[in-house]
Amino acid sequence: MYYLAKMSLEQGLFPLFSFEWAWSNFSDAVSSYHAQFVRSLEYAGLATAIALLISYPLAYWIAFRGGRWKNLFLVLVIAPFFVTYLIRTLAWQTILSDGGIVVTVLKDVHILGSDGRLLATSAAVVAGITYNFLPFMVLPLYVSLEQVDHRLIEAAGDLYANRVVSFFRVTLPLSLPGVFAGVLLTFIPAMGDFINAQLLGTPRQYMIGNVIQSEFLSLREYPTAAALSFILMGGILVLVLIFARALGTDRLTAGAAP
Amino acid sequence: MIARARRHVLDVYAVLALGYLFLPIAIVIAFSFNNPLGRFNYTWSGFTFQNWLHPLAYPGLGGAIRVSLEIAFLSALVATAFGTLIALALVRYRFRGSSTTNLLIFVPMTTPEIVMGASLLTLFLNWKIPQGFGTILIAHILFNISYVVVTVRARLVGFDRHLEEAAMDLGANEIVTFFRVTLPLIAPGILAAGLLAFALSVDDFVITYFNAGTVTTFPLFVWGAARVAVPPQINVIGTAFFVIAVGGMLANVLLQNRRARNA
Repeated sequence: MYYLAKMSLEQGLFPLFSFEWAWSNFSDAVSSYHAQFVRSLEYAGLATAIALLISYPLAYWIAFRGGRWKNLFLVLVIAPFFVTYLIRTLAWQTILSDGGIVVTVLKDVHILGSDGRLLATSAAVVAGITYNFLPFMVLPLYVSLEQVDHRLIEAAGDLYANRVVSFFRVTLPLSLPGVFAGVLLTFIPAMGDFINAQLLGTPRQYMIGNVIQSEFLSLREYPTAAALSFILMGGILVLVLIFARALGTDRLTAGAAP
Repeated sequence: MIARARRHVLDVYAVLALGYLFLPIAIVIAFSFNNPLGRFNYTWSGFTFQNWLHPLAYPGLGGAIRVSLEIAFLSALVATAFGTLIALALVRYRFRGSSTTNLLIFVPMTTPEIVMGASLLTLFLNWKIPQGFGTILIAHILFNISYVVVTVRARLVGFDRHLEEAAMDLGANEIVTFFRVTLPLIAPGILAAGLLAFALSVDDFVITYFNAGTVTTFPLFVWGAARVAVPPQINVIGTAFFVIAVGGMLANVLLQNRRARNA
């Protein structure tokens, strides 16, 4: 039964007004919303990269320095995400707002011009996406770093590798499955996100998710919206398959389970 | 000396990262005590307990929360039951299409929520099912099953089948073995999966947004409110949910730590 529902879900995407192989939906969708697709790729890619930079040291620290309190730190990482997504994003609205503390400080040190603002810019949207998907990055990284055999690092040290070399030659390669899983789990939802662009940006920051959302729910242009979703899905599926090929499905699974 | 400095660099970095994670939460909690002048709860304008004393004073909020909780409870229940059975089937047997099912389980987890929501909406429109409580429930069960399967399967993979064989050797039939041996052993996994499903359901916005019709859940209420006003009661509810969830998890971790120390 579950199987059936899932299958019909895949097929439910096709244009439903009347089915006549309207491939023009696809080409129209691509040509009209080319910019939003590219922007989604840029924002999601940037957010994923920043999330990786923030998460890797944190996961490393929890896995290697956490000791008996590892689980406690993990709870701390997940905890903020028990506040509803929207409320978190609204909180970022408050933080980044024009009279808010971040803007004031940045103006004082002249990073931001006196009429500069953060809300309603690309930076705000990317920051929001980075923040909202951070645990999807930290958890797989932690899982793979946790499994690294410390004796291998000691062995590297015994063989005269200094700490930097042993990190890049031993620890980092061993944690790569976690990096891949984390990148995937961050990048995919980030690609489809529309809440951050809507609440922290303006129509000039809108991503493909915003387009799909408005085509579906406001304009009721179902075929276009379905074509857009399908393109998004197809692109992501290709990425997933490449990653799955590179890693093997089982290891991807192990990284995905918290 | 340099090594020690580097060690501290990492410590400081980790603390900063945790601080970054908690900054918005601190804002949410602080502003739940705010006494906003206008309709928007963005600037601090005075401390009050009023919001906490009357958390449901804002019109429509109470109903939205009740809908959210009902859907979360029902979808977690159904998804946990089905998900556990699927996980058992996937781990125990190789059947026609089992590898396909294995892959399909990941489809909802690796699909952007917006595509999930959109495709479900298309499905409901095609089948002429009116959107409302029922469609939200179906959608939530659907995405929750995947998470339940993954969580329960993780527990089953480490399962010692010899225990079941031992029960059978001692004269238990398959049904008795399942209820007296298998189920108690995987119960923690099932419980975790159920709680995860509940949390995911309460938090879900995108998929619900597409399939809700005129029904309003708590995240939908926040979304609607964000366009015209942001009442501090939203922060109160958010904070309350946060405290309950995190309190439970912390208690669990501390308990495990104590147990580990005693053992």
